[in-house]
Amino acid sequence: MVENTVINGTIHDIPQVWEILKKIPDPEVPAISIVELGVVRSVEEIDSGLLITITPTYSGCPALMEMESNIRDALTENGIHNLKIKTVLFPAWTTDWLTPEARRKLKDYGIAPPATSTEDHLKSLMGGKKNPVTCPFCSSSKTVLTSAFGSTACKALHYCNSCNQPFEEFKCH
Amino acid sequence: MNQEDKAAEPVLSSGNQEELNSHLFEYCQRLGDTSLILGQRLGEWCGHGPVLEEDIALSNIALDLIGQSRIILTYAGIVEGKGRTEDDLAFHRDERQFRNLLLAEHPNVDFAYTMARQFFLSTYMFHLYDLLKASSDETIRGFATKSWKEVAYHVRHSSDWILRLGDGTEESHRRIQAAVDDLWVFTDDIFSSDETDTILMNAGVAADPKQVEQKWTSQVDDVFLKAGITKPVSSGFMRRGSRQGKHTEHLGFILSEMQFLPRAYPDAKW
Repeated sequence: MVENTVINGTIHDIPQVWEILKKIPDPEVPAISIVELGVVRSVEEIDSGLLITITPTYSGCPALMEMESNIRDALTENGIHNLKIKTVLFPAWTTDWLTPEARRKLKDYGIAPPATSTEDHLKSLMGGKKNPVTCPFCSSSKTVLTSAFGSTACKALHYCNSCNQPFEEFKCH
Repeated sequence: MNQEDKAAEPVLSSGNQEELNSHLFEYCQRLGDTSLILGQRLGEWCGHGPVLEEDIALSNIALDLIGQSRIILTYAGIVEGKGRTEDDLAFHRDERQFRNLLLAEHPNVDFAYTMARQFFLSTYMFHLYDLLKASSDETIRGFATKSWKEVAYHVRHSSDWILRLGDGTEESHRRIQAAVDDLWVFTDDIFSSDETDTILMNAGVAADPKQVEQKWTSQVDDVFLKAGITKPVSSGFMRRGSRQGKHTEHLGFILSEMQFLPRAYPDAKW
């Protein structure tokens, strides 16, 4: 089924818009797209054009504004000018939304993917448990956390004692 | 929210929407200002951290806090309904109009003070937001759900440091104990409550400060025990006043630095 939308006299369909969005990389972790990251929540047709709803990853993530302008640029290039981008907070973004495919891409890129259940992970974190993160390079679990905060709000730094490589982890959120 | 023991308080009728909004505006300022001022304080460490990882950690926590304050101050402006933006509220209110907790404005002093302050406030935020995840107000619920996860990492980080400093060297122990003793006088201010808390609790919007306090106390006691830190005995005098905008002398100085640029150059854009 294809939903047709008339925007500025050009016919676009919603799935086509999703295809365009799927090609926009995350500004800080370019291995995955903003769609795989879960930032794009919905694409809808409204009276004056297209409404895209996005949600921030971290409250203070400076990349959100860049994502917004990247969305605008990509769609403008494809002839979509009448565009409204809305930011919503609810439901709150979570790494639970990352697909297995996105997790595999992160690992291939050298970033350890987040644990699969945020709620469980944060509870064990508060309980003082230190679960070693699997090294994305050699899959060893002989790793140590070197810094809970990293180069971006979403990452932590670890060190692998098996292959002697420092690596980043996409934090469970 | 927990509405037990609140039966004696009048529940607002829908006709009092305007009054409810004015309390909600007040409540949002309390949440937003505490995050903003604490974030600004932590920002002072940027480039001065004891090690690179810690410099990054403190700046990351500051970034989370300022992001959180942006969300809730934007909402405060909407609730107030006078067209004020997050920037108007952050940069064009004076000292007495700020509603941040007194502890948030306390200077960094040294690393031990910074971590003790962080531990007290992050633990408070963690339990507060955990309750606010069930708020009847959708924006507050969204804000709390998101912020709770960020704050969990702040709690973990600051607790780790309380343990390391408390159970570390003679010097580190002396310093963290001194910081805890000195800052303790500001902890009561965190959990005091007024009409705004009561009315919003009855409306299901706000959390009960007493309930947050219980969880906070048990966690603080637990970490202090493990860290070998002696819990200060309340001597009777405790500083309060943030809910009325009665601040310590430190807030004026931090505001003059934070607000200088937009006040000196009102048309500046960034």
